Amino acid sequence: MAKVPVQFTLNGAEKAEFIDSGTTLLNALRDKIGDTSPKGGCHQGTCGACSVIIDGELRLSCLTLAETCNGAAITTTSGLSEGGVLHPLQRAFLDAFATQCGFCTSGMIMAAKVLLDHTPNPSRDEVVEALSGNICRCTGYEPIIQAVLTAARSNSQNAA
Amino acid sequence: MELRKSYFADQRKDDLHEIGQPRPRSDSPGHVTGKTAYFADRNFPGMLHLKMVRSPHHHARIRSIDTSEAEKHPGVVKVLTAKDVPHNVYTILILIQIGPEDETVLADGKVRWKGEAVVAVLAETERAAQEAAARVKVDYEVLPAVFDMEEALKPGAPIVNEYHGRNYYLYDSGECRKVRFGDVEAGFAGADHVLEQTYQSSPIEHAPTETTGCIVAPEGNDRFTCYTNTQAMFFTLDNASIILQMPGNKLHFVGGTVGGGFGGKVDVIVEPIAILGAKLTGRPVSFIYSREEEMQISSPRAAEKVVIKDGVMKDGRIVARKVTGYTDAGAYSRHSPYGAQKGAGHYPGPYTIPNVWIDTYCVYTNRTPSSAMRGFGVTIGDFALEVQMDKLARLIGMDPLEFRFINAYRDGDMKAHRQPTEGAALIECMQEASRTANWPVAEKFMAMSSYAKGA
Repeated sequence: MAKVPVQFTLNGAEKAEFIDSGTTLLNALRDKIGDTSPKGGCHQGTCGACSVIIDGELRLSCLTLAETCNGAAITTTSGLSEGGVLHPLQRAFLDAFATQCGFCTSGMIMAAKVLLDHTPNPSRDEVVEALSGNICRCTGYEPIIQAVLTAARSNSQNAA
Repeated sequence: MELRKSYFADQRKDDLHEIGQPRPRSDSPGHVTGKTAYFADRNFPGMLHLKMVRSPHHHARIRSIDTSEAEKHPGVVKVLTAKDVPHNVYTILILIQIGPEDETVLADGKVRWKGEAVVAVLAETERAAQEAAARVKVDYEVLPAVFDMEEALKPGAPIVNEYHGRNYYLYDSGECRKVRFGDVEAGFAGADHVLEQTYQSSPIEHAPTETTGCIVAPEGNDRFTCYTNTQAMFFTLDNASIILQMPGNKLHFVGGTVGGGFGGKVDVIVEPIAILGAKLTGRPVSFIYSREEEMQISSPRAAEKVVIKDGVMKDGRIVARKVTGYTDAGAYSRHSPYGAQKGAGHYPGPYTIPNVWIDTYCVYTNRTPSSAMRGFGVTIGDFALEVQMDKLARLIGMDPLEFRFINAYRDGDMKAHRQPTEGAALIECMQEASRTANWPVAEKFMAMSSYAKGA
């Protein structure tokens, strides 16, 4: 099968791969590029574990064809910490006991990051709405919501 | 509240200071940075993908299997049927001498539930494996099926599993696990009220976000490394060793990181066939359930039916309890004989009842095999027991919490299984619950103790 070239930036680094046409971004990231932070929980766009940020918008990488991402800027949870320092959301998830099995965590953090990028001081309802596409089967929603609210507060303190 | 320190007194230094202190979880930094390695976060060059051909029938005889079209499909490397599995008939609890072996890795001559694995296809890509699986032709003769436990126990019901020859698990105690304590009929005869109620539950799927699966890599020295999300590492290794007739030292299992289990990943389903595929092809093999397989194929919590008959006095004492419990194992045993047995041990509840009679059955039906899930054998029983307790309290016009104080077991009480109660703390828990939930009870109950009689 003829391969298709794709080129994009992943967490600020240039990436180029030849893929089979029809390959999902999730499989391209995990199997080709080796970034396994997005997880495949359902491969049908219902669990949110594969969430990534494409050009500032939250996307389900299991429903996104890699070949549609040419020239895009893609962010995943593995690219959030800088120089070994955790991103405020990662710090808040850690401190708030907002992880259990951890499988949904990177998708949750992606959804939360897009929310805070657009709405730096969200209400609790806005946090709930922003995370509504992400399933935590361990049902640890309350600590996750609290972590996002805490991260928002620490962001606004840093800005002040 | 008194903190008793008599237990493990010789092992205590009483210099504990962890309680009330937050401790970071050791796995959390990996989770928040995406670095935690789940089994599927591995990729090996030349890895094959395994897909199962599954039974579309609840109960059927297999007349023939034709894999020729599938074998010719582009990308297909190997197609496996029952004859390829060294020890095809197994049961996981054989490790603790609970038999007979009653389940096939790949169906041999018969399927007993809708979704049962029949043929395994290994191909270069997931897509090729899926397409080839659809080209396997299986000729079935559909047989009558039974889905209801009481129907299954009736004479003349279709036999679900010939390895048992009857639709219930035969314990050393007979057709069910039994507890006999006191004289339950005399208890009912002397009771002010008798209440019999039936409670039922449906199967429950664990639905972990990470589906069941494994990746197996041949190591070149005749050993195989199996990356798996099993919740039962050595249990799986030992069963794989039996099924593959391969010494355990040829198998290296790597796991411990599970993306949600809840008991749903303790069966030995994906690993043996994936290891076999790796052995026969010499290539790494990935066998990962789709979301549909996770929901439809993996073992759920068993459906249960619980019939409880209680004799109670107007003053609140339960004087007799008779329980008949049914656990729907589905087509194969897996962990269900153990679950049903646990129920027998549990049904008196944390209450002291002088006359107890319990039967629990592990029943085979043509439903998806059930297995472990969070307190299986006990959880549904507790639901039934505590709803029954509320109904009994209402029946005699008593506060439901005070009713439980009256019947709570205390140290020294003889339990129905003839083990004296030791280390009870139900009364203290209920006192704390009464305060915390602001559900006041009479002062005499707040003065009670699990270990000082007459208080």
